[in-house]
Amino acid sequence: MSIKLMQGNDAIGWGAIAAGCRFYAGYPITPSTEVAEILSRELPKVGGKFIQMEDEIASMAAIIGASVGGLKSMTATSGPGFSLMQENIGYAAMTEIPCVIVDVQRLGPSTGQPTAASQGDVMQARWGTHGDHPIIALSPTSVRQAFDLTVKAFELSEKYRTPVILLTDEIIGHMREPVDLPDFKTIQLPEYRLTKKDGEYIPYRNEPGDVPPLANFGVGYRYHITALFHDQQGFSTQRVDEIDPWLERFNSKLDKHLDDILMLEEDRMPGAQLAILSYGASARTSRHAMKLARARGQKVDLMTLLTIWPFPEAQVEALGERVDRIIVPEMNLGQLAYEVERMVGRKKVKRVTRANGEMVTPQMVLDALEG
Amino acid sequence: MTGSIAPRTEIRLAGEGGQGMILAGIILAEAAAIYDGKMAVQTQSYGPEARGGASKSEVVISAGEIDHPEVLSADVVVTLSQEAFDKYASTVKPGGLLIVDDDNVRSIDVPEAVKIPIGRLALHTTGKSITANTVALGVLVGLTGVVSREAIEKAVTARAPRGTEEMNRQALQAGFTAAEQVREGGSK
Amino acid sequence: MNDHIREAHGLEVDEGQLPAEDWFERSETLQKLRRNKKFPTIWCSGCGIGVVMGALIRAIDHLGLKNDDVALVAGIGCSARMPIYMDYNTLHTTHGRALAFATGLKIARPDMKVIAIMGDGDALAIGGNHFIHAARRNMGITAIVINNSIYGMTGGQYSPTTPLNSRATTAPYGNIEPPFPICDLAVAAGASYVARSTVYHALELDKFISEAISKDGFSMVEAVSYCHTTYGRINKLGTAADMMRALKDTSISQTAYGNLSPEEKTNNTKIVRGNFVNIDRPQYTNSYSSLITRIQGGEQ
Repeated sequence: MSIKLMQGNDAIGWGAIAAGCRFYAGYPITPSTEVAEILSRELPKVGGKFIQMEDEIASMAAIIGASVGGLKSMTATSGPGFSLMQENIGYAAMTEIPCVIVDVQRLGPSTGQPTAASQGDVMQARWGTHGDHPIIALSPTSVRQAFDLTVKAFELSEKYRTPVILLTDEIIGHMREPVDLPDFKTIQLPEYRLTKKDGEYIPYRNEPGDVPPLANFGVGYRYHITALFHDQQGFSTQRVDEIDPWLERFNSKLDKHLDDILMLEEDRMPGAQLAILSYGASARTSRHAMKLARARGQKVDLMTLLTIWPFPEAQVEALGERVDRIIVPEMNLGQLAYEVERMVGRKKVKRVTRANGEMVTPQMVLDALEG
Repeated sequence: MTGSIAPRTEIRLAGEGGQGMILAGIILAEAAAIYDGKMAVQTQSYGPEARGGASKSEVVISAGEIDHPEVLSADVVVTLSQEAFDKYASTVKPGGLLIVDDDNVRSIDVPEAVKIPIGRLALHTTGKSITANTVALGVLVGLTGVVSREAIEKAVTARAPRGTEEMNRQALQAGFTAAEQVREGGSK
Repeated sequence: MNDHIREAHGLEVDEGQLPAEDWFERSETLQKLRRNKKFPTIWCSGCGIGVVMGALIRAIDHLGLKNDDVALVAGIGCSARMPIYMDYNTLHTTHGRALAFATGLKIARPDMKVIAIMGDGDALAIGGNHFIHAARRNMGITAIVINNSIYGMTGGQYSPTTPLNSRATTAPYGNIEPPFPICDLAVAAGASYVARSTVYHALELDKFISEAISKDGFSMVEAVSYCHTTYGRINKLGTAADMMRALKDTSISQTAYGNLSPEEKTNNTKIVRGNFVNIDRPQYTNSYSSLITRIQGGEQ
């Protein structure tokens, strides 16, 4: 490939193509629409399929249906649409059907400010759908990472049979940076599914920590999928002796693979007593501020989370043991800071928040490092 | 451990929606990143509607890594409309460069502003006022050298719709020439 | 079955009584029922949904389709539980969304027969938008809407097809909303095949469902049923048998309807049974395949 100036949203589209995504269903919404536009253009070229559905509820349903049919599937949206998708995100989580949901966060609540940046969907990505469930959310900090994490989102989704949310924001989605994308032929995800019949199949086999493979519809295993509580064969059940082992496996299926799922970048400085912890577009601000702080003689660590959910508890806890104070800049009123506070205690955390559509500035972070 | 911040040039291009200022930002960033081998980040904001309202494109150019992607303290501000001028003229940093299209901006209350009739130059050179954004790029590069002339010419040509390459080159040249006249006139 | 339902109907059902060992072997058709799902069904004794299940099985059997090549997609409600008991690829989805899930599945597997099973509330209230858009796109899905004029599973609230002035637990003074004419809606939205029959006319249902599945386009069969447990009780319409018999008396074939005078047609209150639309329009997945061929052939 060669160096191109590319928007984050376009990089997400290319990442999907590279990862083998062959179905996209979506509904137009600012600031995510470019993802739909590029995939409407590129998917048919590789034999994939694109459809614009009647709303985001239907889009989410369609990608699950297509995934069951054997296609790697994705949708993209922003706040209001992400709210509508929650119903079927829960369905995908419950039935363990892989799919990727891109949320290009914009200023909310509600219609809010369509073209303004935000990181206000952090908690919705984790708890937007009802009930306890595992979920993965990844957050890129650059256009290149938007590509890489989209590929990763598909890999994790297939591997762990879970919806994966690419939680990006208007800044990363719309900004253009030079990127040199890898040759897509070098990106080969393993096949995690059963694509032909071979012996008995127990779709929801209950081995603790296990992720039983998904059999595509039509390969010869005629089984049942329901988002009711189900037994190992997939049939609904109200028996607690069947529900409990399922619950245990379901809610722990990511825990045993955190090494594979949790991605973060650390820039440590010996003797640092201060740290900045951030993600998404705010991570760019944080790195800028860290450099300025170091230039004026402050010893500052930087931790950038690429995996937001599951929250990297152990890593953040360790950071809290190392430093006295953690600054958490984000474009909301402190959603990720809640999690940091949960790990290290409120006294160690200094929130730097902005929820008016503007980015946090390096100066705001510098001021927090001073205070 | 990461080093210090690489020096960055921050440029803000603003006009009415539809004047092509976002595209101008993209072209400038491409000139820097693809043809001059520098780092560049382009961001933008528009009014709620796709057309009309003030539209702003920002480009940060650096020889090194660019972290915070938006303009913090603009080295250069270019405004092609009164609304854009009123909104962004004051955001240029002290000692920075403010370029104003005095063909479209009537009320200019900043003495240091470099006034060039960009709209009229476009119309006279190419017969199309829509090439004003290219003329503006010529003025900007001619006055600052933030990217090389070769790079901006390649970037403009690569982005020009087929059949309009020569027209856009002429518009760019008109901008260069206007910049040279400003320099020779010594009237920064 | 819930005790209150059993009590309401004086039913004597021994839930422990399972079918005899040779039950499946006795019928080719019944072999399309699952062996690994414990019967009986969740439906109240006398419910019309079972008749539709039988008709669907016979239609699939009649068409000689392989079980592996059939997918049943259902939403939420009494009707939506049907796929549980049938030996195909079965997807029990969220309320109202069956057609949206089915759309994705059909696009992924255009070779598969995708059948969506919905109730009236499922298909036309919460799922109304998906219903009209699946029809508009002419998505190659067969939609079977079992219309019992009520939300049965939640205990008898009025639905978009509850007749005017009828009572429901949420219309204690009579329903003031006019009902949706399901077939008219499907026709207006662009369905390729639209038919209606009742659970009393089981053989006619077989035929319509069989034709609908054969149609390469969006096909919809409205199977008019009843809910004696909720709607029938609240509106004092008698037992399941009474309501089944009423379907015979209150419906009229399309042919007989055609013979009515204009005045009689205007005053007709009977349910018209028949195949109202059977046309050929480009089916979505065929159109998309052509699009892929065009684009891969180098067209810009």
